[in-house]
Amino acid sequence: MEVQFRRVNFIRDGRTVLRDLSFSLREGETLVLLGASGAGKTTALRLVNALLMPTSGEVEVAGKATTAWDPIELRRRIGYVMQEHGLFPHMTVQRNVGLGLEILRRPQSQIDSRASALLEELKLPAAEFRGRYPRSLSGGQKQRTGIARALATDPGLLLLDEPFGALDPPTRLELQHQFLELRNKYGKASLFVTHDVAEALRVATRIGLMHNGTLELEATPAEFVRATHPVAQSFLRYLER
Amino acid sequence: MFPLILQHLWLVFAATAAASCLAIPAGVAISHRPLMARWVLASAGVAQTIPSLALLGFLISIPVIGGIGPRPALVALIVYALLPILTNTVAGLRNVDPALREAGLALGMTPSQFLRKVELPLAAPTIVAGVRIAAVTTVGTAAIAAAIGGGGLGVLIFRGLANVDTREILRGALPAAAIAIITDGGLSWIENRLSRFWPS
Repeated sequence: MEVQFRRVNFIRDGRTVLRDLSFSLREGETLVLLGASGAGKTTALRLVNALLMPTSGEVEVAGKATTAWDPIELRRRIGYVMQEHGLFPHMTVQRNVGLGLEILRRPQSQIDSRASALLEELKLPAAEFRGRYPRSLSGGQKQRTGIARALATDPGLLLLDEPFGALDPPTRLELQHQFLELRNKYGKASLFVTHDVAEALRVATRIGLMHNGTLELEATPAEFVRATHPVAQSFLRYLER
Repeated sequence: MFPLILQHLWLVFAATAAASCLAIPAGVAISHRPLMARWVLASAGVAQTIPSLALLGFLISIPVIGGIGPRPALVALIVYALLPILTNTVAGLRNVDPALREAGLALGMTPSQFLRKVELPLAAPTIVAGVRIAAVTTVGTAAIAAAIGGGGLGVLIFRGLANVDTREILRGALPAAAIAIITDGGLSWIENRLSRFWPS
């Protein structure tokens, strides 16, 4: 599913969080919104699945404005991975993964086989993990479960909000590689939010640099490393350390 | 004495069950409406402050639900049991982690799906705690029901008081205390099982 932001403004409590934001996300692309905390990245992400509505301007998903979508219908077509995984503590790993299909009232056998296949794909052997509860998982295992849940309904679009932000560096690197494998396999359009420039360069097909609610720069990773924009430079300096 | 114990148990069970049937849906309905929640909880709180003997006396003159006998006693016990169940239902539902709320919304759950699959199961230990507090309080309050012919172990206590007979008072008070302890223990066990099963 393609996403189009057209001159989007978002004002909350009198503060302009997003200012005149325009960009597009095409099929098969991974657009990384890179920026510091408070840049408006997560707000932009939440506008896509109608968790928020723009104050002015338009966000289009699959050619239709989010204001025209039934929000529940829209969200069921979009996979969402949160930083804090958002797993339901009273449900097993298997039920968490299959929940998107459960609310669509799919047959239990289909839910179970899909959940097991995804767990295996995310390197969580189903026989070992399906009956476990989130409290017994490591940070990386929780985040894998969150990704499996986002993929379960075979959504046309993935939204990832700092999905690996809370992980230790080796696990983070491993999951970034796994994300790339999945992207190459499924080719889903993904909007990925991070404040980690190395992560952005690793996973993006295009980077959108956000600063104070505006999109300062759009570039491919190769272009980004050569960018002279001062905000881009401030991020690139971290790579040199 | 055995029929009085059964009568007492019936009063406690019926009042707690009826209060649960009223307060849990009401708590669900008001939990995300802050203004309404404030008013409803304040009203239930005010009802709780009315002395039980005064309420029973007041009910004698009320038609249909009032008079004397077990019916007005039950009405008074239900009124007293409402507040803890209501407050705990609201608190349990409000305490669901906002990140889980966002995860549920993002999955495309309808509000009723989120309530059934996430909010109520996670709030269950807190709601059971409210039911436990209500039930244990009702065991004590139910003894007052005898004042308007409600029956129960209060009959022995009031008779003992009238005759200055400590043994008769204890014959009513000790089984009531035992019922309170057993009720508290049983519902605490359920509450702990739920909390242990679903920790975050």
